[in-house]
Amino acid sequence: MSNLEIRDLHVSVETEQGTKQILKGVDLSIGEGETHAIMGPNGSGKSTLAYAIAGHPKYTVESGSVKLDGEEVLTMTVDERARAGLFLAMQYPVEIPGVSVSNFLRTAKTAIDGAAPPIRGWIKDLDSSMSQLRMDKSFRERNVNEGFSGGEKKRNEILQLELLKPKFAVLDETDSGLDVDALKIVSEGVNRAKANTGLGILLITHYNRILKYIQPDFVHVFVAGKVVEQGGPELAVRLENEGYDRFLSNVNVGS
Amino acid sequence: MSAAPTANTGLIETDQHGMKAHSDGGDAYVPVQSRAERFTSTSVDDFEKVTGFELEWKLTPIARVTALTEGELDGSAPATVLPEGVPGVTASWVDRSDARIGTAGAPEERASANAWSSFEKALAIDVSGEELHEYRVIRSELGQTPRAAHTVITAAPFSQGLVILSNSGDAQLSENVEIVVGEQAQLTVVTVQEWTDESNHLASHFARVGRDARLRHIVISLGGGVVRVNPSIHLVETGADGSAFGAYFADAGQHLEQRVYIDHVAAQTKSRVKYKGALQGATARSVWVGDVLIGPHATGTDSYEENRNLVLSEGPRADSIPNLEIETGDIQGAGHASSTGRFDDEQLFYLQSRGIPEDEARRLVVRGFLAEIVAQIGSEQVESELSAAIEAELTRAQGI
Repeated sequence: MSNLEIRDLHVSVETEQGTKQILKGVDLSIGEGETHAIMGPNGSGKSTLAYAIAGHPKYTVESGSVKLDGEEVLTMTVDERARAGLFLAMQYPVEIPGVSVSNFLRTAKTAIDGAAPPIRGWIKDLDSSMSQLRMDKSFRERNVNEGFSGGEKKRNEILQLELLKPKFAVLDETDSGLDVDALKIVSEGVNRAKANTGLGILLITHYNRILKYIQPDFVHVFVAGKVVEQGGPELAVRLENEGYDRFLSNVNVGS
Repeated sequence: MSAAPTANTGLIETDQHGMKAHSDGGDAYVPVQSRAERFTSTSVDDFEKVTGFELEWKLTPIARVTALTEGELDGSAPATVLPEGVPGVTASWVDRSDARIGTAGAPEERASANAWSSFEKALAIDVSGEELHEYRVIRSELGQTPRAAHTVITAAPFSQGLVILSNSGDAQLSENVEIVVGEQAQLTVVTVQEWTDESNHLASHFARVGRDARLRHIVISLGGGVVRVNPSIHLVETGADGSAFGAYFADAGQHLEQRVYIDHVAAQTKSRVKYKGALQGATARSVWVGDVLIGPHATGTDSYEENRNLVLSEGPRADSIPNLEIETGDIQGAGHASSTGRFDDEQLFYLQSRGIPEDEARRLVVRGFLAEIVAQIGSEQVESELSAAIEAELTRAQGI
């Protein structure tokens, strides 16, 4: 059984005002096939957690560890982490001019698997994933994320999730900016990936909305760089009704 | 001139910057010269010896091209392979007296005039077919003798064509290329430089685009020591449309220069200029100058020019100089953009987060950056050859 263990993670970022501590001791354990929702107010450090796990150079890990099946992830380069089985679905996917979606996906798949995928099976997988995500075939020839709508960018992220078959995926506000139809399509894609590969999911969201379509096993409330409360799906419902106010009495959000 | 006394503020009075004449200039007032007023002549003797201080030459390593600017040039027809049996396109070697010569422009500098004074036979390519066919001219055996060349490409009214000048091997070449695009014709002219490192090439292209006609001009410079290709596109009749694209990849020791001039003469003319370059190695150099002139009669003009440089290592130098002159108030648009920078870290992070190793991610970004221009050519064969050539450049370039 695969597992992702985050222990006492402290992360800072350089700002114009100096070094700023964002994550202040995060502990999380995610097992194979489990879905963990991280919910919290804006500025609580949810996205920082996502980027720190993926290895974005802007974030400095001060202390702590992130282990994937016992292997320390924090000493790996960004691409090594991906090849080890981590995936980050980004809130704002980046445009890559002049690089077609099909070329990009094949290059990534080849890098992850260590060998080029057999052409026939690959085209079949690509076609089937794209059609399930309601992506027209013409997407293959478009440049990565260039001129994509917000919903198209998110579907393109989930397409990669399905094709690259990671062990654990961090979904960073994948629901933001999606209408209800797109939200359903994207959620179905995530659920398919989970059913097919036993994917473990760290689902970062501000709202309860996506949790109607992607059922979490655990809900963690994230405030001021820490997990302050954990529970089952019922916690998300309670947050929806009560908001984050009861966690915020002693902290200054977004400072 | 001294500044008029103003309210007594108790501060030391200084003249406003620029209000006082320079001490070295005397009383002579030298206005900034309009691009349209530049001296032209087809005779080399009308130009002074190149010193390197001229506006046209000050960014060029002139010591490396003295043979072309000052020396005697072999004017015999250069070794050229012409395709056979391309429908709607004919080519022949013609005398200096041919009526087609001199119809699209005249030299503005000495190397161009030297070539014009020296050539004995010109290559005349006539495009007359109404269906698009590719006509590819190959020059790969010019050798190291300094030589001159002259080419006139004429697209008859209503014709369509794609003419590719493929250059490789050794060369010491100064040349002029004239391009005449007749009414409603659609012509693409591509010049590809894949010379050896020991080669130098100075080219002036002059284009005259007629009524509702369209010219796409594409310069791809990958190989050569000093390579300077300067296209001047004159949009002389109503509705003329000119695009100038360019891609270059400068390695250590290479100087790749392009001075683009778009001359909006007539009303309702449109132009787009987009040049993209990659530079790798401490002594890699590129120069892009983009002059756009919108003349007094060019009302309703729409123009935009853009140059992007991607610097792949420490030390290269890229000059990027857009100049816009507008002589009428009634235009649709005139814009310019220029940027020179390193890799976009967010692009690299995105690619790496998909498992792609850093060096491969960098190659993917550069390839994509230049592919946008290569894709404009419209010939699968040439596009795939150039993609391979760019790939080879990237593989050679260490550290990316």
